[in-house]
Amino acid sequence: MSRSSLSGLGTPQAELAAAPERLTLGQIFTTFLIIGATSVGGGLVAYLRRGLVAKRGWLDDPTFVQMLSISEALPGLNGTNIAILAGDRLRGARGAIAAILGICLPGAIIMFAVALAYQAHGDRPVVAAMLATIAAAAVGLTFSVTVQLGQSLLKRTSDFIFVLLTVLLVHWLHASVLLVLLGVGAVAVWWYRPRRNSKEAVRP
Amino acid sequence: MRQLPVLAGVFAYLSLLTIGGGMSAFPEMKSLTVDVYHWLTFSQLIHFYSVGQLAPGPNMMMVAAIGEWVAGPLGALLVVVAFFLPTALITFGVGRLWHRLEGWPWRDAVQHGLAPVSIGLLLSGSLTVAKGAVSGWLTAFVAVAVFGLLVRTRINPAILIVGSGLIGLFTFLDK
Repeated sequence: MSRSSLSGLGTPQAELAAAPERLTLGQIFTTFLIIGATSVGGGLVAYLRRGLVAKRGWLDDPTFVQMLSISEALPGLNGTNIAILAGDRLRGARGAIAAILGICLPGAIIMFAVALAYQAHGDRPVVAAMLATIAAAAVGLTFSVTVQLGQSLLKRTSDFIFVLLTVLLVHWLHASVLLVLLGVGAVAVWWYRPRRNSKEAVRP
Repeated sequence: MRQLPVLAGVFAYLSLLTIGGGMSAFPEMKSLTVDVYHWLTFSQLIHFYSVGQLAPGPNMMMVAAIGEWVAGPLGALLVVVAFFLPTALITFGVGRLWHRLEGWPWRDAVQHGLAPVSIGLLLSGSLTVAKGAVSGWLTAFVAVAVFGLLVRTRINPAILIVGSGLIGLFTFLDK
């Protein structure tokens, strides 16, 4: 699988056999705007995959999966990180700007309006009652996302120990998240360090 | 207006913690926006977070609502830029470098090592939201029911969130 187009050297879109012609910034912006406006209910990554790979054929699946794995290892939301990587691949730096603006704009405008409405009506008892159960639903949602991610990412006992260690430090001991990220992260990376004579960094 | 530089700084810092997902930054977001700077109460933060689950696009766009709440339209714009620009630049740079790291033996170790830490951060974020949102039998029931349905079925979460809001409405009208 060739990844040279991610380098930005040469023309990023040269390898895109699937894309019939050079995409305009307007096309990129509009497509990400549509995805940004319709991806209700979380799972933005799935919407992106459907929109960019399945529907338009702008990216192939291995490229998308690779973009996802880069996005997961970096700070930033997976959806916006993929938008940056895909936009860059489709039309360079300006493509990346068009993509992230498109994907962020609808949600940002809606949440801005929510804050205005909340200022006006947030303290009404009926609104408070509805927000209480909506918040409870959000708790169920966030735990389900965590569990589903865990199912696909956590495999060894050591993985679970690092999860517990992180939760212990952040949630119960209130350690700084940045320190935990750097500290536990460094230990975990060291734990899975590359070893000679083994293809995977497997702890004996 | 004096708040604006602090607001931008806080959200730029929070954006760097969002490894694995926006929830990773939630415990720190709670402690900074609620406990340190008193920009809003814990329950207001929980409200923005949960209503934010109904908005399309990136799931932490609720930061726009926090910005609006604290400092008006300018605050909203500033917070969104502060929260999304730094990580966008990092991703842009690393994306272009990534293929050069292909043969780098530590690349897999970094990916594998950060995965459990990011799950731990997500779990901590979830626990923080739970602490603020689950306050009695009704909310506990809704949380567990939504969790169970989402893990077992492929139902769209937005439907469950709207449904839960209706449960809240009906229990209120019933009183």
